[in-house]
Amino acid sequence: MIKNDVEITPDLIAEHGLKPDEYQRILDLIGREPTLTELGIFSAMWNEHCSYKSSKKWLRTLPTEGPRVIEGPGENAGVVDIDDGDVVVFKMESHNHPSFISPYEGAATGVGGILRDVFTMGARPVAAMNALRFGAPENERTRHIVSGVVEGIGGYGNCFGVPTIGGEVNFDARYNDNCLVNAFAAGLAKADGIFLSEAKGVGLPIVYLGSKTGRDGIHGATMASAEFDDDSEEKRPTVQIGDPFSEKLLLEATLELMKTGAVIAIQDMGAAGLTCSAVEMGAKGNLGVRLDLDKVPCREDGMTAYEMMLSESQERMLMVLDPNKEEEAAAVFKKWDLDFAIVGETTDDQRFKVYRHNDLMADLPIKELGDEAPEYDRPWVESPKLEPVAPKDVPAPEDLGKALIQLVGLPDMCSRRWVWEQYDNLIQGNTMAGPGGDAAVIRVGDNGKGLAFAVDVTPRYCEADPIEGGKQAVAECWRNITAVGAEPLAATDNLNFGNPEKPEIMGQLVGCIQGIGEACLALDMPIVSGNVSLYNETNGQAILPTPAIGGVGLLPDVTKRVGKSFTAEGEIILLIGAHEGHLGQSIYQRDMVGEAAGAPPRVDLAAEKKHGTFVRNAIREGRVTAVHDISDGGLLVAVAEMGMGSKIGASLTPNKDIPLHAWAFGEDQACYVVTVPATSAETFAKDALSAGIPTQAIGTTGGNELTVEGSHPISLGDLDAAYEGWLPNYMSAPDTH
Amino acid sequence: MKSAVIVFPGSNRERDMLYALEQISGQKPLTVWHQETTLPDVDLIVLPGGFSYGDYLRTGAIAGLSPIMKAVKEQADKGVRVLGVCNGFQILTETGILPGALLRNAHLKFVCKEVELEIATSQSVFTSAYSANQVIRCPVAHHDGNYFADEDTLNRLEAEDRVAFRYTQATNPNGSIRNIAGIMNEQKNVLGMMPHPENLIEAAQGGTDGRGIFESALETIA
Repeated sequence: MIKNDVEITPDLIAEHGLKPDEYQRILDLIGREPTLTELGIFSAMWNEHCSYKSSKKWLRTLPTEGPRVIEGPGENAGVVDIDDGDVVVFKMESHNHPSFISPYEGAATGVGGILRDVFTMGARPVAAMNALRFGAPENERTRHIVSGVVEGIGGYGNCFGVPTIGGEVNFDARYNDNCLVNAFAAGLAKADGIFLSEAKGVGLPIVYLGSKTGRDGIHGATMASAEFDDDSEEKRPTVQIGDPFSEKLLLEATLELMKTGAVIAIQDMGAAGLTCSAVEMGAKGNLGVRLDLDKVPCREDGMTAYEMMLSESQERMLMVLDPNKEEEAAAVFKKWDLDFAIVGETTDDQRFKVYRHNDLMADLPIKELGDEAPEYDRPWVESPKLEPVAPKDVPAPEDLGKALIQLVGLPDMCSRRWVWEQYDNLIQGNTMAGPGGDAAVIRVGDNGKGLAFAVDVTPRYCEADPIEGGKQAVAECWRNITAVGAEPLAATDNLNFGNPEKPEIMGQLVGCIQGIGEACLALDMPIVSGNVSLYNETNGQAILPTPAIGGVGLLPDVTKRVGKSFTAEGEIILLIGAHEGHLGQSIYQRDMVGEAAGAPPRVDLAAEKKHGTFVRNAIREGRVTAVHDISDGGLLVAVAEMGMGSKIGASLTPNKDIPLHAWAFGEDQACYVVTVPATSAETFAKDALSAGIPTQAIGTTGGNELTVEGSHPISLGDLDAAYEGWLPNYMSAPDTH
Repeated sequence: MKSAVIVFPGSNRERDMLYALEQISGQKPLTVWHQETTLPDVDLIVLPGGFSYGDYLRTGAIAGLSPIMKAVKEQADKGVRVLGVCNGFQILTETGILPGALLRNAHLKFVCKEVELEIATSQSVFTSAYSANQVIRCPVAHHDGNYFADEDTLNRLEAEDRVAFRYTQATNPNGSIRNIAGIMNEQKNVLGMMPHPENLIEAAQGGTDGRGIFESALETIA
C-alpha cells in the first residue's frame, strides 16, 4: 500500500498548476488521494507545455501527411524522405520562459533540447536555426536579453558542433517581458536507421545515460505553462544549466550505441525529465514501467523521489536496451565516460511505479498520464476583421532615398550579421549558403543533393488577421525555400501565443492554425513536428501571436541554386507576381508613418504556388542569376538588399499606376525579384506571361547607386552603412540594465 | 602520404579535417582516440578543432594531458609533421610544443567569419604551395584565438621565419598580437593556426584557398 505523508491541500494543488476539476479527475482516476510525488508527476504530465491540452483539438486539423512523410508529429521530431534512402529529421521548439529569466542558460538549453530531440531518433544534427523575438530596443532589458540569448545559442551550438545557418530576429514592445527563443534543428539519418520512443517487450532493462540528475529545472515545464508576474525573477532556479560538451559526448555515444543494435526504444529527457520520458516510452508501447530511483546517478545526496521525477537536468537519455547486448553497450558508455545505470524495467501492467528506498512512491495508470491527458475545447472569439488601407491614404515620404536608407537601418530590417557571426555557421564543411540569404543551404551526402532551410512568421500580420497571418507565415517560408531553387518538402511549427484562457487569445491561436493548415495543404508542405508555447504574458499583456514556421526543402542538384545578390552588371531586373503596393501592416506604415493599421496583405495560395513553381524551374534551368522574394519592407528594400550583397547598383522604373511609396514599400505576397542576362530577358518575360504569371521588367543592374526614375540616386555605401550599422551600434552602447 | 587525426572528447571539426585530408591526399586518414599511447606510422598528424573537454578550463588545457599527447610530442621531436588547427593550436601551446598562448578574443565574443591571411613565409613544409606575401581567404570560428607571446618570443619567431600566417591588418578578428594567425616550432615541422583551411578546399565551399596548406604538407602539389 502506498504511503501518504504529505497532506494534499488546495494550495498545494494550485501551486502545481492543476485546476480543481483536473484534481478531481486525478481522484476519479486513482480512487485515492495522490502522494506528493504523484501530484508532481501529474503536474508535469498534464501541464500545457507537455499535454497540449488547449491546442490539441486544433492541432489535429493540420495536414501532417504526404508522400515523403515517414514520421509526423508525436515523435521527438518529424522524419521526411529525401531520396536515396536518406531522411531528414527536424523540429522546432520554444524555450521562451527560461530565456527571459536567464537569457544565456535558457537559450543554450533550448538549443540542447532540440538537438537531443533530433539525435534521439538516430540522426546526426547537420543544421540549426533560431527564431528570436525581443522587446523594443529602448526597453531597458532588451540589450541584456539579446546579448545573453545570442551568446547562449552560440555557446551551445558551437561547442556541440552543429552549424547555425539561419533564423530571424524581431524587436517589438510586445515582447518586452516575454522574449521568444524558438530553436530549430535538423539531422540526417538513413530511412532504416530511425529510432522511436515506443517501448517493446516486457521485463527489459530501462537504462539511464548521460549527465547526473540534480535539482535544476524542477518544475520548468509547469513554469512554462503559466503567466509571468513581477516575481518571475524568483523562478530562476527553475532554469536548467546546459553542458554542450556532455551533449556532444551523448551524441557520439548514442549514435555509436545505436549501431550495435542494442537500442530497442529511446527517449531523451527534456521537459519534465525522467517522468515524461519514462511515461512516454511505456504509454506508447502499451506497457508499464517500474523505476528504482536509488539507481539513478545523482549530482547531490538526499534527493527525494519528488525532486528526481521533476528534475530537468540536461543531457540525459532513457532507453530500453536489448539485455543480450549489455556488454557492447557498456563498452560504448565507458569509452565516452558517461554515467549510465539500469534504473528500471518494462512491465506488462500499464502502471507507472516509482520506488525510492524500497518504498513505493507512485503507482499510476500510465496511459492516462500520457496520451490520455485532459483536453480542452476552450472558448474563443474571432479577431475582428480590419478594412484594407488604400495606398493613397498612407502618407508618402518627402524623399524616397532618405526613406529607404532609414528603412534598411530599422531594428527589424537591418543586417543580422552581429548575431550570426557569433554562430559557427561553417562547421561540418557543408554550408553552401549560410545566414543572410532567403534560405540557408547545406549539401547532403555524395549524390550532389542539398537541403534548404528557412524560418518565418510576420507577427504583426497574425495579430491583424490570424488566418491570413498564419497563411503568410507558411507562404513566406515556402517562398524563401523556393527562392534558392529548392522544393519545399515539409515544415515544423512553433506556435507562441498568450493566455489561451482568454477567448481573444484562443481566437488568435485558432485562426493562425486555420491559416497554417490551409497554406500547408495548398503548398504541399505538411507539418511533421512542432511545439506550442502558451501563456506568453506578463501582467496581462500578451505577446504578438507568433506562429513560427520552419521549413525544409530539397535541391536534387545543390549546384543548381541562386542567391539573392546581383551577380553581374547590365542584367535585367524583373518583378514576378501581382504587385499592387499593399501598405496595410507594412514596415513602412508601422515604423515610418508610426502605426500599423488595416488588413495585412492577402495571401493568394494558388498564385504563390504558380509563381514559386515557375521561379524554381527557372533557377534549375539556369535562366535566372539572382532571386529574392518580396517581404518586410517591400520591393525597393528587396532590390537594395540584392545590391548591397553584391556592391552592384540598379536603375529602376517605377509603376506609374500606383503611388511611388506603395510601389517601393508595399508588401504584396507571391512576388519575387529576379535578374536575367539582357539577351534572354525578353524570352524569359514572354514565357512567364504565357504561363499566366504577371511579370514586368523594372530596371537594370549596374553602377554603385540605386536610382529610381524621378528620384535622387541613393548611394549603396549609404545604404550599407545604415543596414550594417544599427545592430552593432545598438549592442555596443553601454548596458543600462 | 599517410595522415592521422587525433580525436579528443569534444573535438568537433575532426570530420571536416578527415574529409579535407581524404579529398586532397586521396587516402583515407586514420583516426586516433586520445586514450591511445602510440601513434601509427604516418607522415602528418593533425589535431583538429573543437572544444576538447568543453574548454571549461583553459582551452586545450585538459586535452594537453591526454595520453596520446606524449606520443605526439615524441613524433614532433622526431620531425614528423604536426598540424594543429584552432583547438589543436591551443593544445599545442598548452603542451609547450609551440610557444605563446591563445587568449579570449579581444571583443570577448565567438567569431565566425572569413578573414584574409597573408602568407608570412613560403619557406616551410606547410606553406610551400603559396608564394610569400600572397593573400588568401580563410574562415575562422573561435572564442579564444587572440595569440599572445612576450616580445622576445615574438622577435625570435619573426627572426627565425616561424610565423606562417598573419591576418591582414583590416581583418584581424581577435586582436592577435602582430596579427599572428599561425606559427611553427623551431624545426618548422609543427604548425599551429587558428583559421580553418579545411573548410575552404573546394569550389562548393566557395573557394580552394585552404588547399595549399594540405597540398604542401602532404606533398601533393602537381
